[in-house]
Amino acid sequence: MISLAGGSRPGDGYHPQVTTADPLVLARDLSKRFGSFTAVDGISFSVAPGEAFGFLGPNGAGKSSTMRMIGCVSPPTGGELRVLGMDPARDGARIRALLGVVPQQDSLDMELTVRENLILYGRYFDLSYRESRARADELLDFVQLADRAGDEVEPLSGGMKRRLTIARGLVNRPRLLLLDEPTTGLDPQARHLLWDRLYRLKQDGVSLVLTTHYMDEAEQLCDRLVVMDKARIVAEGSPRALIAEHATREVLEVRFAPDARPAEDDPRLAGVAERIEVLPDRTLLYTQDGEAAAVTLHDRGLRPVATLVRRSSLEDVFLRLTGRTLVD
Amino acid sequence: MLASLARLMPGTTGLPGRRGIRLLERNVWVYRRSWIALVTGFFEPLFYLLGMGYGMGALVGEIEGLPYAVFVAPALMATAAMNGALYDSTFNLFYKLRYARTYDAVLATPLGPADVASGEVAWALIRGSLYAVAFVVLMLLLGLALSPLVLLTIPGSLLIGFAAAGVGTAATTWMRRWQDFDLVAVFTLPLFLFSATFFPVTAYPEPIRTIVELTPLYRGIHLLRALSTGQPDPAIVLDVVYLLVLGLVGMSITSRRLGKLLLR
Repeated sequence: MISLAGGSRPGDGYHPQVTTADPLVLARDLSKRFGSFTAVDGISFSVAPGEAFGFLGPNGAGKSSTMRMIGCVSPPTGGELRVLGMDPARDGARIRALLGVVPQQDSLDMELTVRENLILYGRYFDLSYRESRARADELLDFVQLADRAGDEVEPLSGGMKRRLTIARGLVNRPRLLLLDEPTTGLDPQARHLLWDRLYRLKQDGVSLVLTTHYMDEAEQLCDRLVVMDKARIVAEGSPRALIAEHATREVLEVRFAPDARPAEDDPRLAGVAERIEVLPDRTLLYTQDGEAAAVTLHDRGLRPVATLVRRSSLEDVFLRLTGRTLVD
Repeated sequence: MLASLARLMPGTTGLPGRRGIRLLERNVWVYRRSWIALVTGFFEPLFYLLGMGYGMGALVGEIEGLPYAVFVAPALMATAAMNGALYDSTFNLFYKLRYARTYDAVLATPLGPADVASGEVAWALIRGSLYAVAFVVLMLLLGLALSPLVLLTIPGSLLIGFAAAGVGTAATTWMRRWQDFDLVAVFTLPLFLFSATFFPVTAYPEPIRTIVELTPLYRGIHLLRALSTGQPDPAIVLDVVYLLVLGLVGMSITSRRLGKLLLR
């Protein structure tokens, strides 16, 4: 039995689309339990060749557990999983030989230099020394670390370590690169450099599967993504389709003086937007036309201290689907 | 046991843990730069030999018809083999397992837990063999070897290292804090002092003597002493089997435990 999103939540009625071309990853009703705790609860999805596929979700939604199962370092406890057409339980080593993995924690070898990290990782994949050295130098250029080749790993910045970890994941020329929160904790420059490299990889035909809780990252990188919440998939589609389905075209954000803030059921707000959300600091009006809604508010005698019209983003979809409650 | 190892490495054929050779390479690379740290392991038995063998030996005279230094040297060699392998397989393994997360990265490649176990144990053995060769050279130079059989103490001390590394890695998989390692000394110190290292086992009354004869370091010392003094007796077969089984059981437990710890 395939159990999908819970009945009351948006995204209900979503059915996984399974492409006819051999998928790189195919999961049906995939589950992971640790004792009585369910980390992944019967999820189904597929990743097509050449695709950049994202798992978007708050902390603890089950993204990393799913990634570890795909990476064949965590046996599923239920359902079916095929990676590159093989069964992780039987062909784990063979699958891992063809995957690139960028884990959440860098796990670089601190006892080796930057270049040695890559060369030795290549050896783990049975590359010859000559081949491994050649690839190491090529990849150091690719991630712009050639000038640090002989340095220790420890003093590198977070962004550099991340780039080195990505280079390490590419040393076996994988068909599929798994990235678990690739840019978490990086500064904007480092993030953009990483995105650029990942985009190039994608253009070279490397398929990407990544997890993130950054909406801009998902919008930038993913052709298709699933939103995970509480161990389940609650929505699936392209970033644009998800925004179209779960949000309006525009969002009007208004701020009122504390004593002049209308409540959610204030008659002056009625019918102004398709959906209204009153937050402690601002009020969000989801509408097709933000300017028109702002004019309507003004006509009804509401005088916000600040007004902003913006396009809806994946963030709106995400918060709609997974709620505003803090999870950690 | 090989079958149980094979189960941990799905999709691979051939000898379980054969890819451990790659991890061995890694350790050689790491120590290429810090070879000086390797040399230190040789000094422990050397200092004991000078202090006990010659310092104390001058007071003791002969034991079982042997000059004291001749009696003590193979025991110190066996102890050093045990300590060296234990150090590598406990502290170093714990650091890589819990802090450096070295194996998280390794297991994302075709290598599996059995390869980690075999690679680390093999490294401990290679390191131990360097010390063993150096110590045999020293014994030959000082005239402490009474038989050409002394050359067999090199594989003999590797066997001791294998047993210690097997037990050490297995124990380390249960360790949670650095403080847990204080327990290691609780076992190794009495083994060092009471395994017929400094005085013959005949000094013990029964049943203590039998208990001592059942401990691993005693078997190792018995083996090396029989070889270096050229007095092999049938019991060395027992020594070899005992140490071999201990090492294999330890490795088997280790690869199963590593699988449980790392492949969750």
